[in-house]
Amino acid sequence: MSHREIQSQIDHLFRQEAGKMVAVLVHIFGASNFELAEDVVQETLLTALKTWRLKGIPTYPKAWLYRVSKNKAIDLLRKRKHHPLFSQEGIAQQLLNSGYTIHAQMDAYWEPQHITDDFLGMMFACCHPSISQENQVTFMLKVLGGFSIQEIANAFITSNAVISKRLLRTKDFFRKEQIKPRLPREEELSKRINSVTSCIYLLFNEGYKSTHSTTLVRQDLIDHAIYLTKTLLENEKTRFSSVYALMALFHFQGARTKSRVSSEGKLIVLKDQDRSVWDQLLIAKGRVYLNHSLQGPLSSYHLEAGIAYEHCKAKHFKDTNWDVILAHYDKLVSMTKDPVVALHRALVIMEKEGAPAALTEIEAIEQHHVLQSYYVYHAALGELFFRLQAIKRAIFHLKKALSLCSAPLEKHYLNEKIEQLSALS
Amino acid sequence: MKDFMLLIRGGEMDETNSSPEQMQAHMADWQKWMGGLAEQGILLGGEPLHNEGKTLFEYGKKVVDRPLTEGKELVGGYVMLKADSLDQACELAKGCPGFDLNCAIEVREVMTMDAGQG
Repeated sequence: MSHREIQSQIDHLFRQEAGKMVAVLVHIFGASNFELAEDVVQETLLTALKTWRLKGIPTYPKAWLYRVSKNKAIDLLRKRKHHPLFSQEGIAQQLLNSGYTIHAQMDAYWEPQHITDDFLGMMFACCHPSISQENQVTFMLKVLGGFSIQEIANAFITSNAVISKRLLRTKDFFRKEQIKPRLPREEELSKRINSVTSCIYLLFNEGYKSTHSTTLVRQDLIDHAIYLTKTLLENEKTRFSSVYALMALFHFQGARTKSRVSSEGKLIVLKDQDRSVWDQLLIAKGRVYLNHSLQGPLSSYHLEAGIAYEHCKAKHFKDTNWDVILAHYDKLVSMTKDPVVALHRALVIMEKEGAPAALTEIEAIEQHHVLQSYYVYHAALGELFFRLQAIKRAIFHLKKALSLCSAPLEKHYLNEKIEQLSALS
Repeated sequence: MKDFMLLIRGGEMDETNSSPEQMQAHMADWQKWMGGLAEQGILLGGEPLHNEGKTLFEYGKKVVDRPLTEGKELVGGYVMLKADSLDQACELAKGCPGFDLNCAIEVREVMTMDAGQG
């Protein structure tokens, strides 16, 4: 294995394991000692990196990491035994306090089932309804995804200071409210799952739509979103139909990533994409998830997955079944009342019935003004007016879109389109 | 309820002749026993002791570089718990995993000096 391969294997492992270890350690140390848990994980990863560079990656790297983390935690507990901040709940505290029981008690925390429970519990804690979604996503990436502050700042084109502030605020909240990384009670679960799925959905879209970031971080975000969803599906308590639908959606979107960017790194619109490179295996897997999802109540993810699946099914752009897609959009609009969704519905109408009908639809969107600052709205109007042969208006909206857009690939696409149209007018 | 101290003598695991699995199983037994006491809310604490120690005699003037008793008599640790009576404390002590390794446990009630007697 080359040095680079080893490094990427380690990176991947760290991303997956860091979050689990933090979750377990927060369980052990208590919500007031979040930083301490993170420090132990950081030290563990550093120790691993140093040792593995010399001796190679061990046969059971996960077990190795857990063992080192466990030992570091034991050292810490012994040192801080009489520290007032260090208050575990009654029984566990007593058993961690005694040399007779500390090792066995510690081992119990690191049993596979407990690790998964803590990880899931942490997911729900990160998505606590009182935390803003922006902070939820940031926290989830940092705590459960092992992303660095720099990486998160890159992903959201913002400064390290902003990300640090968000993290600090969330940690304060954990401390003040004594938030415990636990799964909510069953009667609350079905409500709380929504904030978890919408956070993961945002994470995936951030990666998929490439609004902000470079290619590398993008794939990481997608992988992490899928990993979190998979964890939810692996536990029978969190195996909701909306989670299956979300997973189906990720597969149908993920199957088409390769065709979205040309070899020169340019964005390709759906109509012009080479459908032969779509990943049929992912599509098939997505279909299995979609089937599972149909056993429970309908969510917006069902409809989005259904729409994505229709695109996957069409051999050519002209084969697209716009009727089915429109029917999904109709339901989605009435479910979400989201003007952005209504805009996308109008674009379906543009394909199905033509630009004039689409324009009428767009003008009829409620809360139309919200869309003004959304670059996709102006890009869509650019395309629409181009089809109506109103080139000047088309260019006006494309320029407006360009000024609102921050994604490099999209910007490039818009620039080219403006040039083309300018040559026409 | 009264407080009792269990002085555990001997019953040390022979680390050189035990497999890691045996040691782990033994530690799990301790966790089970003490965890049970903790769950009943009657565990006060307890720790194993290092074998090394010093003993002071003769008004503290003479010091020897070893514990007072050694070998099977060596105090290897203590557990403190709450019980209604000495007999009940003994019953509770019977669950100690140290007996698997033939320890001896001396159960003693903690003397509380209340104001009246003081």
